[in-house]
Amino acid sequence: MTDLISVDMALLILAAAAATFLTRIGGYVLITRMKTIPPRMEQALNAVPAAVLTTLVAPAFFNGGWDVKIAMLAALVVGVRYPGLLLLGAGWAAAMICRHLLGF
Amino acid sequence: MNRSEFKQGLKGGLIIALSAAPFAMLFGAVASDNGLSVMEAGLMSATVYAGASQLVGIELFGHQVAPWLIVLSVFAVNFRHILYSAALTRYITHFTPIQKFFTFFVLTDPQFAEAVKRGESGRGVSFPWYIGFGAAIYFPWLFFSVLGAFFGRMMGDPRALAIDVLLPVYFLGLVIGFRSKPGFYPVVVASALGSVLGYHFVGSPWHVSIGAAVGVVVAAFLPLSTESVPADAATEMES
Repeated sequence: MTDLISVDMALLILAAAAATFLTRIGGYVLITRMKTIPPRMEQALNAVPAAVLTTLVAPAFFNGGWDVKIAMLAALVVGVRYPGLLLLGAGWAAAMICRHLLGF
Repeated sequence: MNRSEFKQGLKGGLIIALSAAPFAMLFGAVASDNGLSVMEAGLMSATVYAGASQLVGIELFGHQVAPWLIVLSVFAVNFRHILYSAALTRYITHFTPIQKFFTFFVLTDPQFAEAVKRGESGRGVSFPWYIGFGAAIYFPWLFFSVLGAFFGRMMGDPRALAIDVLLPVYFLGLVIGFRSKPGFYPVVVASALGSVLGYHFVGSPWHVSIGAAVGVVVAAFLPLSTESVPADAATEMES
């Protein structure tokens, strides 16, 4: 049975949970001490999520095969118009077509 | 405890929970695919409780990345919560310390967006409403993650079912969700270039930190935008 918890994994998860809680309470702690965040710092902080997520997308696209590239392009085209689930469906369908019908 | 406030919160949260359910299932399935047990996937949903960062953690775990770097990446993806809790503070000053603990523990994108909307409308943010809203998202998120992990166990070859493309496509969707924010295009182009070059010249997993750092530095040097409300930064895909 592998349906147990390994100690290493539990520690990793709890560390990630602690890091997440730190971000959730961090703004409260900062604002009660500083009152305001400098605008340039706020602008930089604002960009963190998009910047981090992009680093997971761009290499996946450039290193992936044609099946992955086509799936991501299909998702992009659908995603600028429709909500998230349709984007996920479009990417998945494109990958299935590439792999099972076109043989990429 | 004001019961009608609590019920109102529950009702609002359930709508969010339903739209987040497929992503909880996705998390569970991908977690299984990357070697997590059902209980580990459940533990992660129960304690981290932040969709995108959970998937980032799983993705890096699958690539055998050093543990501290996984934690750092989870922290980086969740960084926006610092802005949320800063903006939320003015509406919850009347909460007790224990109430504040739970308030911040369940602070997600939709939770923040709805609480601020309520606060701005003048109705006030009560603890029963807030925790009702949070509980209605938290427990389904946990339930569907575990369910997804069970299904992930039973699935065969993830490549034949195209499970492996779901993660980059999901992250792509999150990035697209930010496109109306000021400075979006320069930041994304900078991070994309930084991560791709970092991948080739330095190697994985450093491309994540390098690309993110390049994007954030570019953002800091862009002309200051007049819009400073982070409330709409919430993406619809994330819980």
